[in-house]
Amino acid sequence: MKSLFERGPTLLSRLVMALICAATLMFLDHRLNTMQPVRSFLSTVVAPVQYLAVLPQEVLDRLVYLSTTRTTLREENVQLKQQLQELEMAVQRLNFLENENDRLRQLLGSDVRQESRRMAAEVVSVATDPFSHQVVINKGSTNGVYDGQPVLDNRGIVGQIISVGRGTARVLLISDQSHAISLRAERNDIRVLARGTGDLQQLELMFIPHSSELEVGDKLMSSGLGGVFPEGYPVAEIISIDRDERLQYARVLARPFAQLDRIRTVLLLWPASATETPVYDEVKSPALEKESTNVD
Amino acid sequence: MWIKSGLLPLLTSYVVALVLMVMPMPAFMEAWRPDWLSLVIIYWVMALPHRVGMGSVLVLGLAADILMGSVFGIYATALLIMAYPAIRHFQRIRNYSFTQQALVVAILVMVKRVIVYELEHVLNDAVFQLAYLYPVISSAIAWPWVYLILRKYRRHYLVR
Repeated sequence: MKSLFERGPTLLSRLVMALICAATLMFLDHRLNTMQPVRSFLSTVVAPVQYLAVLPQEVLDRLVYLSTTRTTLREENVQLKQQLQELEMAVQRLNFLENENDRLRQLLGSDVRQESRRMAAEVVSVATDPFSHQVVINKGSTNGVYDGQPVLDNRGIVGQIISVGRGTARVLLISDQSHAISLRAERNDIRVLARGTGDLQQLELMFIPHSSELEVGDKLMSSGLGGVFPEGYPVAEIISIDRDERLQYARVLARPFAQLDRIRTVLLLWPASATETPVYDEVKSPALEKESTNVD
Repeated sequence: MWIKSGLLPLLTSYVVALVLMVMPMPAFMEAWRPDWLSLVIIYWVMALPHRVGMGSVLVLGLAADILMGSVFGIYATALLIMAYPAIRHFQRIRNYSFTQQALVVAILVMVKRVIVYELEHVLNDAVFQLAYLYPVISSAIAWPWVYLILRKYRRHYLVR
């Protein structure tokens, strides 16, 4: 029963005690960085909440999938086959160029580029805080995901892994305010640094002199400097350049190619230099086969 | 007795609030997502101040910190400071009309968001955006419904 008179410590002292707890944790986490193991353990504990969060969406997707008619499926199939054919033709050419490139690099005496390994992952939850653009994916340390791993989608670089739980991992998007990435303009090889602005559609290029040869529409690729992101993946396109002489540097904005506001599936990349190796789910392919037989 | 009546429904409501907080939404609604966790916490500390206190708020705040990937303690601190006036004045707020309650809730949610921003600014150099305060309005609009639903829920499952 509730009593008319309070027992135990007063409300204010309880508030102060709880605040001291929170402040201590904040200090330990931010200043001393001692909370990483605790964090990865706890993110495994709260993973069910994240799976619950995407459940409605998955059910809806499933319903949409079940309600698609035979005709639309057939049309889609034709379309996909056509697409596949086009891509295969492009890949033929790419293989030829890759071989040629390897040979030329050998002639020059530089290292041959090695292939990187990939794995697809689903986004299970998004952090809605505008100060931290992060998403959680459904692959974790059991799949060989590691801290600092590059993450892509089908259009360009999305971000990098910042913490890994057992079955989930957290991706810091390139648009986060605390994230910066080293890029190179495709047209003229100018190196630039792109910092997130906290807006999903915008990156800001830092320290660009007014006399820079960059132009609106220039494509920016990852430069491979910094060691996190591999070289040559598309990242962003310049959308505006403000050469205001009163400012110290030109103000250049770029739009990421990756659709950061609607990412559902991402690609994890293991560069050839990575010590970790991807561990693929064994169950995955039989399950997929089963699904396809069901459809038949 | 350690386990009081209605512990499970209480915990369920916390989990639902946390799920709603991280649920993916269409991009245009994203900025207007009501601050579900704050609303649920304000309701429970008002309805059951002898039961849901600073301890529960601290634990929920830390759970929010993990889910949002922020530095440990940011959400906890903000939620604690937000919950204090709600517990302190629960008898007064309970007797307000819906409009007045919504106003109080808007102020509390704004206090919480401003504290989160300030801490992020100090720790991670966050830059302020007005869009971060849109949920203050949507939370105030959502409050009467949250209140009615949770009251019905509380009475049905005899949480006291």
